[in-house]
Amino acid sequence: MSNDLILVAWTLFKILAIAVPLILAVAMYVYWERKVIGWMHVRNGPNQVGPLGLLQAFADVFKLLFKEITVPDQAGKFLFYLAPVAALAPAFAAWAVIPFDQGMALANVNAGLLYLLAMTSLGVYGIILAGWASNSKYAFLGAMRAAAQVVSYEISMGMALVSVLILVGSLNMSDIVNAQAGSKGLFDWFWLPLLPMFVIYFVSGVAETNRAPFDVAEGESEIVAGFHVEYSGSAFAIFFLAEYANMILISFLSSVLFLGGWLSPFQGWGLGFLSVGGWWWLFVKAFVMAFLFLWFRATFPRYRYDQIMRLGWKVFIPIAIAWIFATGLMAYYGVVTVGSEVRP
Amino acid sequence: MNRIVSYIKSLFLLELLAGLWLTAKYFVKPKYTMQYPMEKIPKSNRFRGLHALRRYANGEERCIACKLCEAVCPALAITIDSEPRADGQRRTTRYDIDLFKCIFCGFCEESCPVDSIVETDIHEYHFEKRGENILTKQKLLALGDRYEAEIAKSREQDAAFR
Repeated sequence: MSNDLILVAWTLFKILAIAVPLILAVAMYVYWERKVIGWMHVRNGPNQVGPLGLLQAFADVFKLLFKEITVPDQAGKFLFYLAPVAALAPAFAAWAVIPFDQGMALANVNAGLLYLLAMTSLGVYGIILAGWASNSKYAFLGAMRAAAQVVSYEISMGMALVSVLILVGSLNMSDIVNAQAGSKGLFDWFWLPLLPMFVIYFVSGVAETNRAPFDVAEGESEIVAGFHVEYSGSAFAIFFLAEYANMILISFLSSVLFLGGWLSPFQGWGLGFLSVGGWWWLFVKAFVMAFLFLWFRATFPRYRYDQIMRLGWKVFIPIAIAWIFATGLMAYYGVVTVGSEVRP
Repeated sequence: MNRIVSYIKSLFLLELLAGLWLTAKYFVKPKYTMQYPMEKIPKSNRFRGLHALRRYANGEERCIACKLCEAVCPALAITIDSEPRADGQRRTTRYDIDLFKCIFCGFCEESCPVDSIVETDIHEYHFEKRGENILTKQKLLALGDRYEAEIAKSREQDAAFR
């Protein structure tokens, strides 16, 4: 009995050890986003709140928390309040299976990849619920767009995961990272044999999180703010948190699946401490991928709705199917080294 | 052929990469932003800002109530009343400029035969109460007294071109 209690307390501690830094990371990511976009616009970005504007995100959060939550008269009250939670919960739950280092995961489950696919897809229900429950034209349009877009990109995203699956032969996230170990440094990682899949996965991830240039669900300049147009105060803050937590999650996932997770890019090259793997490498990789999100947003104009569908169905899915066959062949003829040995 | 080239371009994201490269270059460029209250852009000596009425060095006000400025003002922002003073000289009893009407064209300054009404380079001012937008004669003279050095300097710099 007391053992169970200790296990619960220990697990709770581990959850907090992931969730609290994640919330702080979201705050700093928002600040970093505004800085990066500012720099790319040849502006300075926020620089007034705190040293170098570092406290800007916290000022924004507290402003939102102190604001009133207005509920539209015609809204479905229960779903209206449920929607932000439905968006936030999967964004946080997915972190349970991320392996930060060898043996350093909250839950080292064998169906990790499947769980992730489920969780990253569940997030869209929050968005659809928000648009539906708001009982507003713009919110509903945003929800419809989000639904169609996520359904389309889910397929190519799943196929990218399947190609990783074919090479590794396991759904366990730690196994996937270990399968990318080797003596050729970063050329042992899966981004090289699965390069098209890596691009497809990340771009689908950008679409999945409704980020620019696939942000038609929010569509600032077309449908005001899309699904969260009726939300204010802390309810809006939760949507915001969920979106950014999802972005960071996609960054970590693409690092784990294609960029060797915690493995060093110089593994097996004998460069002393640089060749040693560790969680810091995962964070460096995730930082680079997260930077790509911001870089995309500062660079690309929003895709038109039919262009998004065209890209998803007529470009990504055919390429993904073709590359799954190629991956099968690579695995069959042992072209790719998986872990230290070549699998037959 | 063109279709094949454009297909290859879009398949390998060549144009998107070119766009990313462009923003990457801007990312590291020096920023143009002027941190306004802390740093300011130098102003021209012909800057047309808040008005002032000047005096001669002996303290006598320059304005002789000729009302040329009132006549030339396209926005009808200037109102002047005048009477002979005790020593028989013609002087204004009232000289109001409505800053809400004023369009800062500078015609009053150009029309003035004695360089009395001028526009200074002050542009950071505000009103807190209704009615403060009317610059009375006292306020204008006070402004002129306070900024005489700057006003005289910018007139001096521009003198050759007038």
